[in-house]
Amino acid sequence: MASFFTSRLFFVSLVLVIIAATLPLYVSGYVLGLLTVAFYFGVFAMAWDLLFGFAGEVNFGPTFLIGVGAYTAGILNAQFGWSVYLCIVLGASASVIAGLVLALPALRVRGPYFGLTTLVAVLMLQNFIVVFADLTGGEIGLTIPDVITINAGANYWIALGFMTISAAILYGLSQSPVGLVLQASGQDPVQAGALGFNIVKHKLAAFIVSAFFSGLSGALLVFYFGTASVGTVVDVAVGVNVIVSAVLGGRRTVLGAALGAIFLIVAGEFLRPTGELATFIVSAVALLVVLFFPGGFLGAALSREARS
Amino acid sequence: MRAFQILIDGFAISALYALGATGFTLIFGVSGVLNLSHGAIMVAAAVAAWAAASVLNVGTYAGALIGVGVALLTAFATYFAVVKPIQDSRRIPNEEKEIFVLTGTLLWGIMIQELIAYFFTNNAKTVLPIVEGVVDVLGVRTPKNEIFTAIVCCLVIALLWLLVNRTRTGKAVLAASMNPRGVTLLGLELTNIYIVVWAIYGILAGIAGVLLGMFLGVSSYSVGPLTASAFSIVVLGGLGSVSGSLIAAFVVGYLETATAYLVSPAYRTIPALLLLVFVMYIRPQGLLGRR
Repeated sequence: MASFFTSRLFFVSLVLVIIAATLPLYVSGYVLGLLTVAFYFGVFAMAWDLLFGFAGEVNFGPTFLIGVGAYTAGILNAQFGWSVYLCIVLGASASVIAGLVLALPALRVRGPYFGLTTLVAVLMLQNFIVVFADLTGGEIGLTIPDVITINAGANYWIALGFMTISAAILYGLSQSPVGLVLQASGQDPVQAGALGFNIVKHKLAAFIVSAFFSGLSGALLVFYFGTASVGTVVDVAVGVNVIVSAVLGGRRTVLGAALGAIFLIVAGEFLRPTGELATFIVSAVALLVVLFFPGGFLGAALSREARS
Repeated sequence: MRAFQILIDGFAISALYALGATGFTLIFGVSGVLNLSHGAIMVAAAVAAWAAASVLNVGTYAGALIGVGVALLTAFATYFAVVKPIQDSRRIPNEEKEIFVLTGTLLWGIMIQELIAYFFTNNAKTVLPIVEGVVDVLGVRTPKNEIFTAIVCCLVIALLWLLVNRTRTGKAVLAASMNPRGVTLLGLELTNIYIVVWAIYGILAGIAGVLLGMFLGVSSYSVGPLTASAFSIVVLGGLGSVSGSLIAAFVVGYLETATAYLVSPAYRTIPALLLLVFVMYIRPQGLLGRR
């Protein structure tokens, strides 16, 4: 852990964060808005990587955790008028509870079965949102009366600060003994168990941490957008973006996942002139990275550093 | 009356689910590949059949054939451009190949979906049915197309059963699913067996896609839900177990149809999802799965 503070990765991250923090001084509100969303997605992707990259479990349900956090915060604000900050805290808490409920059956199974259990959770949440339309706004979405602030620069700084703190905590966790046990259990669960580690307990902990950050980020995003809808926080397509971000940036790197998310959202925007082909191009690029640079952006950069 | 209606409609949709899931489970059983571009291949088949019959006016039979052909080509492309490179890659550790196949086929499926949306728009397309008209079955007015769909699905599944259990090729495929290394020791090329399996898969997915296009219609939005429902049925039945997914397809098909008629179409998929969670909880390997 101590070696991290002298590593090149730490200095590069520090410089990037400082440069990013000065952006509101000279770029347009449009760019800031784009990056604000990208930063929240960065947290989604990092939280997902903790579970996938380290514990080796493909969680198809990141949007279940994100959606529970987002909708809980949104509903409490829109239907009951509770204050924004209380709603954010309760949103993150609801996500942790939902994560616990999902983890109990999901962690008993592995691989594709785990993937499906988590996918079903997303589909159920979608169905319930549509069925309880009075409360949730249904397919149209929920309009949120309050926002944290309407200042684009302030919103951007909140998102950047939130992402940086989350990254520090999640990265620290991934390098801690807990992270190492997770990694071991992902690679060889039988052996890790034989060494006396309680794998299920570690995975449960990873799931809960993942749920906390996903839910918190989802709740913050709702108060940035001013709306909560299936398409923005629950849809399987959003989950696909989270998964692609983490793989693209480099699994098991945590920080890479955030880079992947920022790349994905910014690239999607750059490709907007190509119209409907934008998603096609982004997916094709991601597929090429998966095939030729399976370590992802950060994985490739780090292995080069290790070699030199 | 309503019971008969559920019985008949449920049978057609269940048979279609069964056919759609069979190829998916076959590939998993033989090579351990979960192909998340499954829905995209089915939709590609349906859209090709629609375009050939409705735009190029080649007729319904030729249209259907073109649809199946497109699915076959897409299945081969999936194997050679995505699955095989990942399986052969030296840069991806063996224990992570499964996850990379999932991610790779997922991205591939999105690419196909976006291309379909680009060239054919997002609008729903209904493939011209091969048989038209309505007939009275047990007092229920039933489209002939629905009966045709059910019959074709059952026939194709029966043919597949014969192919796997009664032919030399089928036996090689079965052997590969049980012990890949043993098959290579017998002097059979594993890659050739996989190519045969992907060909069978392509044809199955193509037929299922074209029938779906005639029966319910498809659009590029169908890609995700189709993959998800095939995935659910296959896992409910037990991964790799063809008979398990047949049972699961009928359970899910009837549960959805009964819910739609007796409760409300809005709640259609919820009981099936609840059942899935319940089965995962008490029997994680699925109905007929091996662990």
